[in-house]
Amino acid sequence: MYPSDRHYTKEHEWISVSGTTARVGITDYAQQQLGDVVFVELPDVGQTFDQGAQFGSIESVKAVSDLYCPMAGTVVEVNTTLVDRPETVNADPHGVWIIAIELTHPDQTAGLIDAGAYAELVS
Amino acid sequence: MPVSRVDRFADRHIGPQPDDIEAMVAAVGAMSLDALIDEVVPSDIRLDTPLDVPGPETEAEFLARMRRVGQRNRPGRALIGLGYYGCITPSVILRNVFENPGWYTPYTPYQAEVAQGRLEALLNFQTTVVDLTGMAIANASLLDEATAAAEAMAMMHRLQARTAHGANRLLVARGCFPQTIAVVTGRAAPLGIEIEVGDLAAMTVDDRVFGVLLQYPAEDGAVIPIGELIDRAHAGGALVAVCSDLLALTLLTPPGELGADVVVGNSQRFGVPMGYGGPHAAFFATREAFIRQTPGRIIGVSIDRHGHPAYRMSLQTREQHIRRERATSNICTAQALLANMAGFYAVYHGADGLRGIARRVHGLTRRLAEGLHALGVQPAHAHVFDTLRLRLSPAVVDRLRKDATAAGLHFRYVDDAAVGIALDETTTGADVAEILSVFAGAMDRPVPTVDTAAPEATPDWPDALIRRSPFLTHPVFDRHRSETQMMRYLKRLERQDIGLDTSMIPLGSCTMKLTAASQIRPVTWPEFADLHPFASVALAEGYQELFRELEASLCAITGLSAVSLQPNSGAQGEFAGLMVIRAHQRDHGEGRRDVVLIPASAHGTNPASAAMAGTRVVIVACDDQGNVDVGDLRAKAETHRDALCALMVTYPSTHGVFEDAIHEICDVVHLHGGQVYMDGANMNAQVGVTSAASIGADVCHINLHKTFAIPHGGGGPGMGPIAVAAHLAPYLPGHPIVRVGGARAIPAIAAAPWGSASILLISHGYMRMLGGDGMRLATEVAMLSANYLKARLESHYDVLYTRANGRVAHELIFDLRAFKPLGITEIDVAKRLMDYGFHAPTVSFPVPGTMMVEPTESEPLDELDRFCEALIAIRGEIQAVIDGTADPADNVLKNAPHTAAEATADTWSHPYSRQQAVYPRPFVRANKFWPAVGRINDAHGDRHLICSCPPVEAYQD
Repeated sequence: MYPSDRHYTKEHEWISVSGTTARVGITDYAQQQLGDVVFVELPDVGQTFDQGAQFGSIESVKAVSDLYCPMAGTVVEVNTTLVDRPETVNADPHGVWIIAIELTHPDQTAGLIDAGAYAELVS
Repeated sequence: MPVSRVDRFADRHIGPQPDDIEAMVAAVGAMSLDALIDEVVPSDIRLDTPLDVPGPETEAEFLARMRRVGQRNRPGRALIGLGYYGCITPSVILRNVFENPGWYTPYTPYQAEVAQGRLEALLNFQTTVVDLTGMAIANASLLDEATAAAEAMAMMHRLQARTAHGANRLLVARGCFPQTIAVVTGRAAPLGIEIEVGDLAAMTVDDRVFGVLLQYPAEDGAVIPIGELIDRAHAGGALVAVCSDLLALTLLTPPGELGADVVVGNSQRFGVPMGYGGPHAAFFATREAFIRQTPGRIIGVSIDRHGHPAYRMSLQTREQHIRRERATSNICTAQALLANMAGFYAVYHGADGLRGIARRVHGLTRRLAEGLHALGVQPAHAHVFDTLRLRLSPAVVDRLRKDATAAGLHFRYVDDAAVGIALDETTTGADVAEILSVFAGAMDRPVPTVDTAAPEATPDWPDALIRRSPFLTHPVFDRHRSETQMMRYLKRLERQDIGLDTSMIPLGSCTMKLTAASQIRPVTWPEFADLHPFASVALAEGYQELFRELEASLCAITGLSAVSLQPNSGAQGEFAGLMVIRAHQRDHGEGRRDVVLIPASAHGTNPASAAMAGTRVVIVACDDQGNVDVGDLRAKAETHRDALCALMVTYPSTHGVFEDAIHEICDVVHLHGGQVYMDGANMNAQVGVTSAASIGADVCHINLHKTFAIPHGGGGPGMGPIAVAAHLAPYLPGHPIVRVGGARAIPAIAAAPWGSASILLISHGYMRMLGGDGMRLATEVAMLSANYLKARLESHYDVLYTRANGRVAHELIFDLRAFKPLGITEIDVAKRLMDYGFHAPTVSFPVPGTMMVEPTESEPLDELDRFCEALIAIRGEIQAVIDGTADPADNVLKNAPHTAAEATADTWSHPYSRQQAVYPRPFVRANKFWPAVGRINDAHGDRHLICSCPPVEAYQD
């Protein structure tokens, strides 16, 4: 249900770490709550965010959700396919990433929860 | 005095007849109507004296009195300009739109499938604005030019905040209208924005400046090139907003071609009467890249489930009902009816017609200038469109004041040595001759003769200012030029929309009640319609008398002490009320108070207005009865006691309940130094029975387009006057041109001193014709009707919140969340109601997954029963899905609404019959409304933004 290869936040983001970089997206629960995604507000490459800072937002027809950075880092890549095809987030929320960041503190995973705890949270 | 039932207006306004009321009282299990009210309204807030207001009077008495009152207005010929100009409303538009309930009774087009007519009309308006301004996108109207300029300022500030930290200065050209400068200044202060007014050519665009605001043509009539100014602003890192004039733009190079980032203005002169200040639609146009930062409604094109083009409101996530304190604006009600009229004016005249009008106005202005030149008077500027600024001796100005006024010619008296004259579509050659005659008399010179035959003139401006680009090229601006075509177009669009002329619109919190035809009639009489808002008040004694009475009546009804009629909407009233509170607190050394407590159930405009007033929003939780959690309120008021500015509360609550703890709630706020602001949206449950003052409020707004019968217009006009307790009265908003407001008035919050003054006549008529007893009866029947619907429907749908005794106020919430696991949502029910001929109740406000129903007192019992029949039948349709006898995906609810095209197609593939789809109950046959389109694909519309008229090929199958 929720892939165990990554961490989760209470704000319904996931973060998949590999070495000193990580990719961030939103969970299946989040995309269901939002409905059809129509727009993703992406940060600029090079911007740095503290843990918990807002890096963007994601919009459906009836709601807007802020996106919070699960771990501190600097944006190295943004998923530009979301500009023309934001709905891919709904189809594959755990596969479609939103930003890739260079982590400031790769070991600092305090505040994140695992797949099991997240599944509990949203059940 | 009324002598028989046919004379008593209350009997025409209130739907249920006396024996119906008896039956309804019995159905809700009460002993009498009075007994029911005792059960609905807490006793400690009940008024025990009748309302001290004039009336009642019959409709005939009202109309006769209004004729007499109107005689005391002397519109004359208004030549003042400043955004308001005489114009000719084509009669076909006046009769078929402004005076037609098919156009003025519908609601804001949230249920787009039953609103395609006015959505198309608004799209025409947007396209007109986009073309004339040379910008990429336009919204579907703002409240007035001054607030549109303030919105432009706020938008530029938001946009620049991302890249230029600390840039908080707006440069404002001295040539902007005075009321625009006043409103912009008032809106800037709470946002921490500094305003610098001056001569733009001399001003420095440094890195403290985020934006520039200018007027083109300027307030003194000057037409000067602005391209270089715009370039300089951009080079300095600032954005540029231009206030402009749609008629001038038919001849003048549009700001969009000169690099402007935002263009705003008033569309009034496109066929809407001046109305002593309104209502009028302001326009707002900007770049495509800024669309998500744009305030107000934007109409866009999407597709329905059959793939056909369909209109809808796009990108609603910008708006207050979703983004709340982070919304692009607090605007809710706008000026849709007037935007539609302006759009139809453009459709009816087309590009060539508008150019012809502009050339005529310009040509007469040039002839007038020639004649003045012969008298030795030189206009200040050689290049003008329609406005002359004349420097004269004080003696001449003095004589003009007397002689011109006596002749019914009303100039703008800029100061004791300068006069402004603005010509318009209604100006004739004879008018020009008369103006010259009056000047000659004042100057003791012979009257110059000027030939005003064939006055059309192409402007003699510098080449760069002459408009070359075409506009209004879409076929819609070419196809409806004869009156027959125009009439049929207006009617064809009207037939696509559900209004109160079709059926009941039970929108919770909207109070969709009757606007009597007699109330609307005086609004378009010349003695009320043709007055300029800045005319001398001595010329408007009729209006002044009505304002005094209206203010006194609103004081009697609210129990408060003073009123401002300036705000044009509830949201604008909220902003005004919060600013009045802050001014009072600042005056008493408490300006640090900047926290506003707002219940989680509040309407989105509340936090949006609080943000606009520069305050921090702290949300107060609701308990599981849906009431304000008093414990949470106490804790938060205590925590923020040094910074507590106000509580914003709706009463009865947005859940439709008279919360018993209201006195306690207000006391807590007052104890900690805050003021209580009451949102008057639910006043239909208060009038004559309780009042804002009784519950402890210090200030409230009153939605005149809800409780006081101004029709909703498809999304405006509205009026939101505020009433305040005595200690706040000195701060009521002022105005730079006409003296209004308190001794320590806050800056104007709207362009016109009394807002949209002409539609105040409607509320005046409503109050007078009902009188105090009639208004109280209306309140009681409104609450009876809601409790009647509860009694009939509560065994079919869960009712969400009630008082402990099970009673609701004037509205109630049905909870549909239990059906979600089956895949049936409140949206499905809303769309299915269209098949029964009804507009849905309020969907998912204030609680997601629910429907809020407010019948009002105007609905007759048989309509209430038909509505119940529809909802009960729909409950049966839901049950079929639960029981498995209907397909979970292919059923009447999921496929609603059903169009005539699909019901009459050669193939029908659904497991239910065509009859079940479109004639689900016998009563539907007698009054079938056909939705123009099937269910609209919202996501498609927000992903592929199209916000002006698509090419005709898009509609061909």
